[in-house]
Amino acid sequence: MSRQDETIGSAARAEPFDAVGFAARHSAVIFLVALVVVFALLEPRFLSAFNLMNVLRQVSISGLIAIGMTFVILTAGIDLSVGALVALSGLVGAYVAKGGLEDRFAVGASVDAGNPVILAFLAAAAVGMAGGALQGWAVTRLRVPPFVVTLGGLTAFRGAALLFSGGGPISGFSPAYTWWGQGRIATVPIPVVIFAVTALIAHIVLRHTRFGLHVYAVGANPRAAEENGVPVRRVTWLVYVIVGFACGLATFLLSARLNSAEAVAGLGLELDVIAAVVIGGTSLFGGVGGVFGTVVGALLIGVLRNGLVLMNVSSFIQQIVIGLILVAAVAFDQYAAARRRS
Amino acid sequence: MPVLELRGIARHFGAIQALGGVDLTLDRGEVLGLMGDNGAGKSTLVKIIAGSLQPSTGTMRLDGQEVRFARPGEARAAGIELVHQDLALCDNLPAALNVFLGREIVRRIGPFRFLDRGAMFARAEELFAELKSETRPRDLVRSMSGGQRQAVAIARTRLADPKIVLLDEPTAAISVRQVEEVLGLIRQLRSTGHAVILISHRMPDVFSVADRVAVLRRGQKVADKPIAQTSAEEVTGLITGAIEIA
Ligand SMILES: Nc1ncnc2c1ncn2[C@@H]1O[C@H](COP(=O)(O)OP(=O)(O)O)[C@@H](O)[C@H]1O
Ligand SMILES: [Mg+2]
Repeated sequence: MSRQDETIGSAARAEPFDAVGFAARHSAVIFLVALVVVFALLEPRFLSAFNLMNVLRQVSISGLIAIGMTFVILTAGIDLSVGALVALSGLVGAYVAKGGLEDRFAVGASVDAGNPVILAFLAAAAVGMAGGALQGWAVTRLRVPPFVVTLGGLTAFRGAALLFSGGGPISGFSPAYTWWGQGRIATVPIPVVIFAVTALIAHIVLRHTRFGLHVYAVGANPRAAEENGVPVRRVTWLVYVIVGFACGLATFLLSARLNSAEAVAGLGLELDVIAAVVIGGTSLFGGVGGVFGTVVGALLIGVLRNGLVLMNVSSFIQQIVIGLILVAAVAFDQYAAARRRS
Repeated sequence: MPVLELRGIARHFGAIQALGGVDLTLDRGEVLGLMGDNGAGKSTLVKIIAGSLQPSTGTMRLDGQEVRFARPGEARAAGIELVHQDLALCDNLPAALNVFLGREIVRRIGPFRFLDRGAMFARAEELFAELKSETRPRDLVRSMSGGQRQAVAIARTRLADPKIVLLDEPTAAISVRQVEEVLGLIRQLRSTGHAVILISHRMPDVFSVADRVAVLRRGQKVADKPIAQTSAEEVTGLITGAIEIA
């Protein structure tokens, strides 16, 4: 959200009030509030508790990955492979949940023979982190640009997912598994709770730990960071592992909600995820932004989609609107970066 | 015994020979002025001493012990601080966090360690005051003047108590008053037994603080003599090549 405030530890100082700057820095929050007001006025169903929870639940999956993506983009990297990694790690997690049996494709098959839920989650997380570690290795050791590495990852992981599943979904999990996607704690869906807790932890890591400071330093000036003893390669590698973990966690919740995992899960998810981060004010140039902005960006996209659906606006038009907002956010990022440089 | 002793330090970048076998010694409490034209190899030499570059050939002794630094952090741990010509700052971070970057103060809470911003901001404030700089610890480097940036880079050398301080053109971008502060700091370092290498293009700076002057020309050391035995004219001639060697 606030580009200035989310720069680590910047000072609030008494300067002449800069209305343009203020609006620009808080544009995502202002826009989110405006959207909520407009939809509330135009569509009575929008503000119902049921609908708002629904928005939060939908946002939580891509939002979780967007939190991981925030780390990557803060280092001036990008990860295009998240959608494909969601599919692959989701399938492996589901396979483990079902006990890895041959009849795993059958709905409701061998629920009792399956592995404990924790094992399924760990399997999904491990695959996500391994995928991230591999890509981080290619970025830091082979020095291939992140855009290219993760574009390769996007196809390769999707291919691996299709190969692994043989094309069909893995469905029918135990209630203990689906609870993670469908259960609630005091009316709040579990994925929303996990999204909120993860956002909080990520915020603390970024703003209050050495590693978080190093992420910002690497994004701003990797050479200067290196000269000052920051382990630039390790930091860069770790952000890809982090987004990989986020994919594993998100896919676990997603498959639990849908009671199914499939090779075509998460198609195009990278766009929503990157859009949330960028609309939330994290600069594609690295070093500026944060998790709070990403949460706002994710909510903004979720509210926009939901409101347009309630108002019966076609999904094609939704795509156009979100695309335009994304381009506007990046255009603004360019403008802000130019202003920072001058 | 000299605190630092270089023997035959050479470094090439592909086909470019930046340094062609340089010998150099530095004593405790000594200020060496290192001069030379652009591209003479001055920055390369101090980066090698500070571990941000590795020599192609040659050896380096610190207090008589042979050392090899694979990373800047190793040289720092051995007591060598370099203020880079480009200052090596992250302009998205506040002044104080730039000072402490790589050496952050942390506070333990259970198994976790968190940045102790309060301690870092307070210490940075003291350091800036000692340097007589108006730099405010919370200001982003992005919004700071050349002199303030310089103060941030110099403040880093004050965190530990180094043996050797290397300053790569620290007075190039700052005001006359701030130049005096930097020169005062160098004198203070000498009086406390530190060794200093000052790279500068400004003849008056070198002649006012240095005990000795060395001149590099195209990667070769062409002069190394006490400041009292030379003159600005001679040094200028050595830099340009009008005087071959001294
Ligand atoms: N990283 C590098 N890659 C290639 N050439 C370099 C690099 N660093 C320095 N050089 C070259 O080495 C020579 C010496 O540079 P430098 O040490 O920066 O000189 P000075 O500081 O005296 O101006 C120059 O010709 C420069 O172009
Ligand atoms: Mg230089």
